[in-house]
Amino acid sequence: MHTTRGPALPPFQWLLDEHAGTVLRFLTRHVGGTDAEDCFQETMLAALRAYPSLAHGTNLRGWLLTIARRKAVDSFRASGRRPLSLEDASGEIAAAESTAPDAELWDAVGRLPAKQRRSVGLRFAGDRPYDEIARTLSISEEAARRNVHEGIKKLRREMR
Amino acid sequence: MTTSDIAAVRRATDRVRERALAEGLIDIGYATLDTPIGRLLVAATAVGIVRIGFEDEGDGPLIELSALVSPRIMETPGRVDEARRQLDSYFDRGLRQFDLPLDWRLVGSFGRRVLGRVARVPYGGVESYGDVAVEIGHPRAARAVGNAVGANPMPIVVPCHRVVRTGGALGGYGGGLPRKRFLLELEGALPTSREAARSG
Repeated sequence: MHTTRGPALPPFQWLLDEHAGTVLRFLTRHVGGTDAEDCFQETMLAALRAYPSLAHGTNLRGWLLTIARRKAVDSFRASGRRPLSLEDASGEIAAAESTAPDAELWDAVGRLPAKQRRSVGLRFAGDRPYDEIARTLSISEEAARRNVHEGIKKLRREMR
Repeated sequence: MTTSDIAAVRRATDRVRERALAEGLIDIGYATLDTPIGRLLVAATAVGIVRIGFEDEGDGPLIELSALVSPRIMETPGRVDEARRQLDSYFDRGLRQFDLPLDWRLVGSFGRRVLGRVARVPYGGVESYGDVAVEIGHPRAARAVGNAVGANPMPIVVPCHRVVRTGGALGGYGGGLPRKRFLLELEGALPTSREAARSG
């Protein structure tokens, strides 16, 4: 213990809180609803296994989607079906992200405290990386992460 | 993101949690508990309780654990069920002595000696920093003892609130003095504020 790493990786739970929706939607698009959940679990368990060896915590969503894409291909191979085009994950990521949130969710976002609301908006509606959110809001990158995380936690409680 | 998406995501992540637990992939499991002194974060490794955080510390303890122990951290209420049961009973004035496996990895060797001694101060009692220093064989190290007590990563369960200043002043507390006072009043080591007002 007391190993010094670079900037700490966020607790894995935060990755789940932030990106589980994106990953599940991505997989649903590619392998269909029936297999998506299995692929989702394989993705997240593989990510959890590998997580401590990651060098840094930038673009964790991209990392998760790369794993998800691999699991989707595996799933097609296993079922003997021909894979859909999985080359351009980034296009799919944009599509998954652009799915308009429903009115109820926007209302809940609107009720968040200002910093959280702006951080969540920049992160998910604007698809901005944390360092940029930090600069935009004149806060530290860690504070930006925290605002997004706290915002999502609140939303999750409200949408329950 | 729609409401039904959110339900599907929750279902899927719940199953990830179950499988990750079964496969031993979660290095630190945590849950939050509502108590009379605010929300507590309780985090445990496979060895035992490793960190208890007060509400004001926010996500600090999780970030610290991620850096110092492992980032494989997930919310797993099951892992801290027994701690929850004992803490609930303690705050209900039932339990007087915690019996929980502890993971001391966040504490250095001097701190372990200090906190090991602190853990033996009985319910309802208090001891001074100087007393603890004498008992661990470092009579002149009261200040270092104070620091070690203040750095206790497992407050309440390791009852550092029972260490006070010589002469009766409360001294400090990581969770803030009102919490220390509350705990000592709960244990009957201090007259409650109402009793104090009556007798004063």
